[in-house]
Amino acid sequence: MTEISKIPAASIKSDERLKKVSVLTSLMRRPELGAVAGLVMVVIFFFFTADTSMFSLSGMMTILAPASQLGILAIAASMLMIGGEFDLSIGSMVAFAGLIFGGLLVNFGQPLWIAILFTLLFAALLGAVNGQIVIRTRLPSFIVTLAFLFILRGLTLVGLKWATGGSTQLRGISEAVGDTSIAGLFSGLAFQGFFAWLAENNLIEKFDNGMPKVAGVPVSVVWFVGLAGVATWVLLRTRVGNWIFAVGGDANAARNSGVPVDHVKTGLFALTACAAALVAIITVLDAGSTDARRGFQKEFEAIIAAVIGGSLLTGGYGSAIGAFFGAIIFGLVSIGLTYTKFDSDWFQVFLGTMLLLAVLFNNFIRRKVTGER
Amino acid sequence: MADIQSNSPAPIIEARDIVKHYGSVIALSGISMKVLEGEVLCLLGDNGAGKSTLIKTLSGVVKPSGGELLVDGKPVTFSSPRDALDAGIATVYQDLAMIPLMSVTRNFFMGREPRKGIPPFRYIDFKHCDAVTREEMHKIGIDVRDPNQAVGTLSGGERQCVAIARAVYFGAKVLILDEPTSALGVAQTSMVLKYINHVQQKGLGVIFITHNVRHAFAVGNRFTILNRGKTLGTYAKSEISIDELQNMMAGGKELQALSNELGGTI
Repeated sequence: MTEISKIPAASIKSDERLKKVSVLTSLMRRPELGAVAGLVMVVIFFFFTADTSMFSLSGMMTILAPASQLGILAIAASMLMIGGEFDLSIGSMVAFAGLIFGGLLVNFGQPLWIAILFTLLFAALLGAVNGQIVIRTRLPSFIVTLAFLFILRGLTLVGLKWATGGSTQLRGISEAVGDTSIAGLFSGLAFQGFFAWLAENNLIEKFDNGMPKVAGVPVSVVWFVGLAGVATWVLLRTRVGNWIFAVGGDANAARNSGVPVDHVKTGLFALTACAAALVAIITVLDAGSTDARRGFQKEFEAIIAAVIGGSLLTGGYGSAIGAFFGAIIFGLVSIGLTYTKFDSDWFQVFLGTMLLLAVLFNNFIRRKVTGER
Repeated sequence: MADIQSNSPAPIIEARDIVKHYGSVIALSGISMKVLEGEVLCLLGDNGAGKSTLIKTLSGVVKPSGGELLVDGKPVTFSSPRDALDAGIATVYQDLAMIPLMSVTRNFFMGREPRKGIPPFRYIDFKHCDAVTREEMHKIGIDVRDPNQAVGTLSGGERQCVAIARAVYFGAKVLILDEPTSALGVAQTSMVLKYINHVQQKGLGVIFITHNVRHAFAVGNRFTILNRGKTLGTYAKSEISIDELQNMMAGGKELQALSNELGGTI
């Protein structure tokens, strides 16, 4: 072992050509930096242009509700993107899972918990099939899941007509669910007691009868925040997280190091499909019905939110908390414009611009991180 | 390594008559070789000689069509790279060793992350990982300022050394190095060669694949020359000169003629 210590002694001098790691550089290494900067800019923009009611508690909830539904998808999409794959079928999966869920409740009269469990399992299975096709055929996931975008959307239409006898909307879900405690986990508001207490103590706005103006947080927001936390922990602190980065960074190198590449990818596809099913369950329970256009184009919005959140399209780099902020930016802009004097159709222009800027920024950051010139 | 030829202990790894067909293409037609403890075996051969196929066989990436593989004198079959790793055979690939976007620590422990906590809440012990990475890098003379910096910021030679250090740290008995110096400059090559020498002195067996005879001669104890899927012979360093090696590898006189024509050594 003496040999070992001899070698460094000669060559361990620090290289004078290398600069010290500055705080800025280590901040730049965080993939979500762009999303946070974007969020700050968007908030500043609306601060000067929007009606002040946008920044009230009820305004915030109006923004967070759609942001959270997109965010659940975006967090899963970002994990899949870090793992080096896409899933363009998640929007259609929302509709299809909605059909399965609604059909089980209304047509087959199943209790809510069975419908939820079966919908999630079925989605996971479909996701795994997606993944297996990608792995076995070595086709780009872009093509495979594009096919499923149409297959699932079409199946939803056909299935809905079959289940309803010709309509593309399946109603009567609220009646079928009835009154169970599990429903509270997936629909309605959370923390109502806390908000009532806040109102009692005059900490938030309330109506004249003493009820708070905002009665609670939409359950989807709780799921959104919880999933962002769990996903971030998994990515940054666990073995599976390390494997996800490795698989997306270089699948061959990962395989050579003993990472079960195919399992990781299949699992990520299943997870993404489950996220779509969760959004389906939440939105279907809230609306009391499901229809064929549910989740329309959500796959693109989720991918855009993930990219704004710092995920590279080529995989191996990104963050779940970034996708969290990306989804919030999305909600802020789509809802926020109605609080301003601008035509809300500017939304799409803004979206495209934001995407372009985010991709350019991400590429710049990647070069910074890897020291490419 | 005074006495290689006779009454030495069982080789760490031995290949006997390895045959590999890809459809009608015969990539390997009966290769035999062995590596002893603390020895560097150089596998030399031109492009298409079967070097890569042989490594893939030894590292569990492909299954041989015939022949026998022995580790510590016992026959083994590998069905995945994981099996080979578990048997103590670690392969460092030329360009597939590291993931540039991931940190040095994450790369170092990739596939073998130590965990703490109670399932399902087990997490990677990054404090320990960072400390180990920094220490191991220090041992091989790479000053990693921050183990969280991306591997992409390291030079090619440093990446090779990190990959080798990783294999050594995880208890490899045999290191297979696939052209570790082919893409490197002079200074970085010497850094890697020095480290190979160092690993050998720790008692590991090294299989060093290269087509650069000078690099081979600098660290090798024995040399096996491959040509068109066959072994042209194995020679101890004392039995062969660098020029003879070069000629055998090129498979004939053409190179010698060309070399004379150009007035130097190729």
